[in-house]
Amino acid sequence: MHDIGLEYCGLQRVDGPLVFLEGVRDVAFDDVVEVTAPDGTLRLGQVLDISETRAVVQMFSGTTGLSTAASRARFTGVSQRIAVGREMVGRILDGVGRPRDGLPDVLTDERRDVNGASINPYSREYPRDFIQTGITSIDLMNTLVRGQKLPIFSGNGMPHNQIAAQIARQAKLLAEDVRFSIVFAAMGVKYDVARFFIDSFERSGAINNVTMFLSLADDPSVERLVTPRSALTFAEYLAFEAGMHVLVILTDMTNYCEALREVATARNQIPSRKGYPGYLYSDLASLYERAGRIAGLPGSITQMPILTMPSDDISHPVPDLTGYITEGQIVLDREMFQKHIYPPVAGLPSLSRLMKDGIGKGRTRDDHPHIASQLFAAYSRVKEIRALAAVIGSEELSPLDKLYMQFGDHFEAHVVTQGEDENRSIEESLAAGWQALKILPRSELYRLSEEELKQYYD
Amino acid sequence: MPPVQLKPQTASSRANPSAEARIVRINGPVVEATGLSRAAMLEVVEVGRERLVGEVIRLTRDVATIQVYEDTGGLRPGAPAYPTGRPLSVLLGPGLLGNIYDGIQRPLRAIAETSGHFIRRGEKPSPLDLERRWRFTPSLQAGAAVAGGAVLGTVQETPSIAMAVMIPPGVEGELAELAPEGDYTVADIIGQVRRADGATTPVRLANYWPVRRPRPSQRRVRMDTPLVTGLRVVDVFFPIATGGTAAIPGGFGTGKTMTQHALAKWSAADIIVYIGCGERGNEMTEVLREFPELQDPRTGRSLMERTVLIANTSNMPVAAREVSIYTGITLAEFYRDMGYNVAVMADSTSRWAEALRELSGRLEEMPADEGFPAYLPTRLAEFYERAGSVETLNGRRGSVSVIGAVSPPGGDFSEPVTQHTSRFIRCFWALDRDLANARHYPAISWLSSYSEYVNDIEPWWRHQGADWQELRITLMRLLQDEVRLQRIARLVGPDALPDDQHLILFVAELIKNGFLQQSSFDPVDMYCGPEKQLQMMRLLVLFDRRARQVLARGGTLAEIREMPCLPTLVRMKSTIPNDRPQDFDALRTRLEQEFDAIERRLA
Ligand SMILES: Nc1ncnc2c1ncn2[C@@H]1O[C@H](COP(=O)(O)OP(=O)(O)OP(=O)(O)O)[C@@H](O)[C@H]1O
Ligand SMILES: [Mg+2]
Repeated sequence: MHDIGLEYCGLQRVDGPLVFLEGVRDVAFDDVVEVTAPDGTLRLGQVLDISETRAVVQMFSGTTGLSTAASRARFTGVSQRIAVGREMVGRILDGVGRPRDGLPDVLTDERRDVNGASINPYSREYPRDFIQTGITSIDLMNTLVRGQKLPIFSGNGMPHNQIAAQIARQAKLLAEDVRFSIVFAAMGVKYDVARFFIDSFERSGAINNVTMFLSLADDPSVERLVTPRSALTFAEYLAFEAGMHVLVILTDMTNYCEALREVATARNQIPSRKGYPGYLYSDLASLYERAGRIAGLPGSITQMPILTMPSDDISHPVPDLTGYITEGQIVLDREMFQKHIYPPVAGLPSLSRLMKDGIGKGRTRDDHPHIASQLFAAYSRVKEIRALAAVIGSEELSPLDKLYMQFGDHFEAHVVTQGEDENRSIEESLAAGWQALKILPRSELYRLSEEELKQYYD
Repeated sequence: MPPVQLKPQTASSRANPSAEARIVRINGPVVEATGLSRAAMLEVVEVGRERLVGEVIRLTRDVATIQVYEDTGGLRPGAPAYPTGRPLSVLLGPGLLGNIYDGIQRPLRAIAETSGHFIRRGEKPSPLDLERRWRFTPSLQAGAAVAGGAVLGTVQETPSIAMAVMIPPGVEGELAELAPEGDYTVADIIGQVRRADGATTPVRLANYWPVRRPRPSQRRVRMDTPLVTGLRVVDVFFPIATGGTAAIPGGFGTGKTMTQHALAKWSAADIIVYIGCGERGNEMTEVLREFPELQDPRTGRSLMERTVLIANTSNMPVAAREVSIYTGITLAEFYRDMGYNVAVMADSTSRWAEALRELSGRLEEMPADEGFPAYLPTRLAEFYERAGSVETLNGRRGSVSVIGAVSPPGGDFSEPVTQHTSRFIRCFWALDRDLANARHYPAISWLSSYSEYVNDIEPWWRHQGADWQELRITLMRLLQDEVRLQRIARLVGPDALPDDQHLILFVAELIKNGFLQQSSFDPVDMYCGPEKQLQMMRLLVLFDRRARQVLARGGTLAEIREMPCLPTLVRMKSTIPNDRPQDFDALRTRLEQEFDAIERRLA
């Protein structure tokens, strides 16, 4: 933002988050614009549409207080960038990378375009290092691997923050003792949420390893569009230039998408579903795909976006399009939450797609893929039988169905349920799974091989 | 139709930066430029100093609207535009197989070498290695009369695939010159055709073809052979014909990509074109990492030798995503024209449709359903129309089968892309959320899927002496009965059902777990050959028949459930490999003996 550009006095039109300028010259698409409000404050924006005569600018820092006559605009000639440097680790910054912790500016000349560039699919390394989160419902059935993008689909009031914080505290690789460097981006959440994470990281002593990009509920909504990009740009720097393993937590993606919708509406763009723009998928992908590993480089980016599903509806565009991009999802279940099950990880809709290559022989244990598959199959039977029992009464169930009901209760109470500070090893998680399966007769366990049954069941 | 010849990637004579051609507006991937009154629709125009590749999609007087295949950030009004005088084309020649390209056929491996791990803009390496020499073996003689499609000779492109060097469609005349056997680069002229007007056209190992124009063939032929996929639920219940079209609709995480990977690995095609259209980078990496290690069950060669990848992932430019499926299908037609059976996987056609929608929105076109342009169905139809089994220009038989994934928002099949697609395909493999949640894979619903090829290919199976039709009907009937009985059980309670109906429920479970479910991760079961499919079906049908007999003779279901061979029967898919049919005979004998024993007790 140090380039010198022409300064234009007066704006043609201000409309929601957008500013229109006329008669501008030599302005590039995507350039950053600095608008000085009548009160002297400096606002940042970005060029969305540029012709020879007119520029449409989206203001990250809001348009409140801007006037058409008394505002000035300067085009910087560069796209949105942030400073990056190792010194930033441990700092609290705002959505565009300026200090928010009262400490001085970060001293570095390294600047990176927040939009990044696409990783060449040819250069990627397939992620397959098992991360032990210490949470059975994840490690055993929805395994996280290093370099994966695995979101938490939650709903209002559910403990997604606790789960994310627990994962951030406990996550480790079996073989190495490498700590994750954590990059935390908050979009439109309340200060309490940020505070909760800060406290949690302080308690675990990880706080010096955490970099925060905060754009809170009372910050201008459009800043949320740049916040995750700043965070991911910094994460890419740490991972692929400094060789670190980075865990990025993005919360709350629903707020991010709402900001995107706001801009689209202001531009009169044709909406697709629920007023969200048709490019929501591509836009989200430009964030989520910034996870992974690169062949020949030591670092990695593991992403854990958090989103709250409006009305707990998983088919809402935000969770739906997220699910279409990420490599699985951890879905929280309202009913389990109401039954005081922590963590209320829904048994069936949760999925980790990279699990298959991260587990099993030589990684966790040989029987892991099969026991996970068997637990899913059995638990889905439980769901069917519970529905049946609700109609015909549980006394009418067959003896086998009754065993399934018993299995379901045990599974929820002992396999899924665990403490917020309980850190289970993968062996403990596998043992808990087998313990639950022993409730069922051997003949039901067709997804396990005879040898596995001999070794762990009999 | 003028032939498209190998031209340097840079601009042609008309392409000197004409002073008037300059950019006037940038709106994301859509750029407007003036001074292009001579530009043609769909002509390639390069924009800006980095010469980003774009294509003219609208002309208004001298303003051309250009969709640009790269990120336009930093581009400014006033920057130059360069018309090239040619339509967007792909280079067809040896070296495609085993390669990975982006949506406009830029080689990603070469780009990784020059620009590093992140794709830099403006990179334009040649799609085919210009240095590499290929051994060309001529099969014609100078003096022969030739027309488009005529085979001049061959190049062994990979150990399993011989590439026919063909006269480009549209060229006709006398073969004036033909190079002798020897090693040539793709740019070397290996033949000259003297046309009727006396002018000559050079022929090279590689030639361009415009992606949006289907390559011609002589005629379509009937599709009567199944494309054996090795997936039981497909081959048995919802088969696709060689040259056919299929759609796999399903919500996120229901198994579209896994199914397409499985088909790309095991289906009986000669060539696979895999198009990752707006999907994940890691899924392409997975193919790149896995395929070279896997063996084609038919040729014993590495699967990568028959595969081309088009990777325009979700974070890559959206306009290039729109082209990627045309790029892919053009490559497929090229191999079809040599007489190969090609299968195209497009994952996901919904992302392609969304790219269309996004571009249409930027053009401020009038939207139809859910913001999609009104021409969506036309475009879909044109794409699927390029599939088929044909007699090629050179009289061979080749085919392109197309399998497209569809990603309906919210998993709701009533949305426009699923609806329109289902009008143009003949095989519908509907993925079911409940099956996927229960980890019953492939989650292809046996109730809502269909195939219109069953009757066309039934003679093929009969010809092999197989009772395929009878077996599949028996199994399907059991599955349908199960649904009916489950409904009754929910009303009256399962206890009210008599034993013979319980038996149906039991056998249906057996079919689902022991037959339909097929894990792509199981080293034995990931591919199931036709012979093994038949053997498994016969055992299940036998089991059903004998079990009913036991009940008729006064036996109970409890006795049947206790049969010691049952655990082996449910696991036969993963315990008996494709090459051990004798194990099925042994299992059959065991089954019969156990039933005999029960019946003896009853008597
Ligand atoms: N045939 C199969 N065998 C074993 N596992 C499968 C199979 N099909 C799907 N799965 C499981 O389901 C997961 C999701 O499958 P897949 O990635 O194919 O879904 P998708 O429909 O392509 O989803 P999206 O639309 O989000 O891309 C896989 O990671 C795998 O764990
Ligand atoms: Mg997929």
